[in-house]
Amino acid sequence: MAKELAERTTLRSPLGRVRGLGASKSGAHHWWLMRVTSVALLPLSIWLIFALAGLAGASHAEAAAFVGRPVNAVLLLAFLAAAFHHTAYGVQVIIEDYVRSEWGRIGGILAVKGLCALLWLAASLAVLRLAVGGVPAAAG
Amino acid sequence: MATFTLPRNSQIREGKTWRAPAGAKNVRNFRIYRWDPDSGENPRLDTYEIDLDACGPMVLDALIKIKNEVDSTLTFRRSCREGICGSCAMNIDGLNTLACLKPIEDIQGDVRIYPLPHMPVVKDLVPDLGQVYAQYRLIEPWLKADSPPPPDAERRQSKEERAKLDGLWECILCFCCSTACPSYWWNGDRYLGPAILLQAYRWIADSRDEATGERLDQLDDSFRLFRCHTIMNCTRTCPKGLNPARAIGEIKKLLVERQG
Repeated sequence: MAKELAERTTLRSPLGRVRGLGASKSGAHHWWLMRVTSVALLPLSIWLIFALAGLAGASHAEAAAFVGRPVNAVLLLAFLAAAFHHTAYGVQVIIEDYVRSEWGRIGGILAVKGLCALLWLAASLAVLRLAVGGVPAAAG
Repeated sequence: MATFTLPRNSQIREGKTWRAPAGAKNVRNFRIYRWDPDSGENPRLDTYEIDLDACGPMVLDALIKIKNEVDSTLTFRRSCREGICGSCAMNIDGLNTLACLKPIEDIQGDVRIYPLPHMPVVKDLVPDLGQVYAQYRLIEPWLKADSPPPPDAERRQSKEERAKLDGLWECILCFCCSTACPSYWWNGDRYLGPAILLQAYRWIADSRDEATGERLDQLDDSFRLFRCHTIMNCTRTCPKGLNPARAIGEIKKLLVERQG
């Protein structure tokens, strides 16, 4: 808007400009999900760090067996869901902060959310294959 | 993208120096932003050598001395000189504050004075506040109630309800906080900023007001309210010692609360 004002391409009143399109009535949900996922990630991340440390030097079969255990698989799936949601929502906020053009904003947010969704699905599928599909034959 | 560098015609150049009178012993340099829209020139930083022995204690005293005795073209807003009107808000020594409440002796070295950051400049230290005033109008800062007041009496409030307005009603709308907020710098056309959100909460928290839900509706927006990322520059810079960040946090909590 500063550009339009400086170049005198708008003569709209200040009140008309700040009222704009009105409130979207959807900001609170996004903000709350960011908080919920960040709180959920605290214990999940600590668990994951300890789990990975415990697997240091383990063979592929041992690692696959670890992921295959129901409790570990559920915690891993929960971690992936929280982490990818948190990442997508967090990067969305950064894009909204710094990208000025409306198309850049929408395009950037869609790209980030799409990428996070695909990565989340791929990572979850990997866990599910080990947990539900059994250990792949190639891994012995 | 957000603009991080000044456009060429806004870059600040070195300006004139105004020497202290001969015989002055306690001299301080005041480095002051100057810009005249009629000159067509870039902004410049003028240096005024001021004898503090012949000057009042506050930064505003020095500015008034400069305007009266040294350079009458220096332009700034001021009125009450006691921190009530909010007119002399400016960026002094890197922090937004009121010139009338800022003692010169609190500043080390040269006294650097700029207008409030990231607002259009009208002239010298005078920013254009048209947008923040419009945003203030947007939140409808007046009591809204359908119930008529008791006949021949004021609307009543318990002591506890009145206490909730402490830390809110004292705001003088100097906009030191909003212009210190990076979120307001980048998205001030849509984000309402700490000053306006503190005022919005002043009416949300008022027990006599009956439009709380409507007021929350107006703020439930990822730009109007949720651009606040708890950076806390607002609270750090407030010359009245208020806490706009807390007020914004309370609004966010209320919005989550009503989601159920």
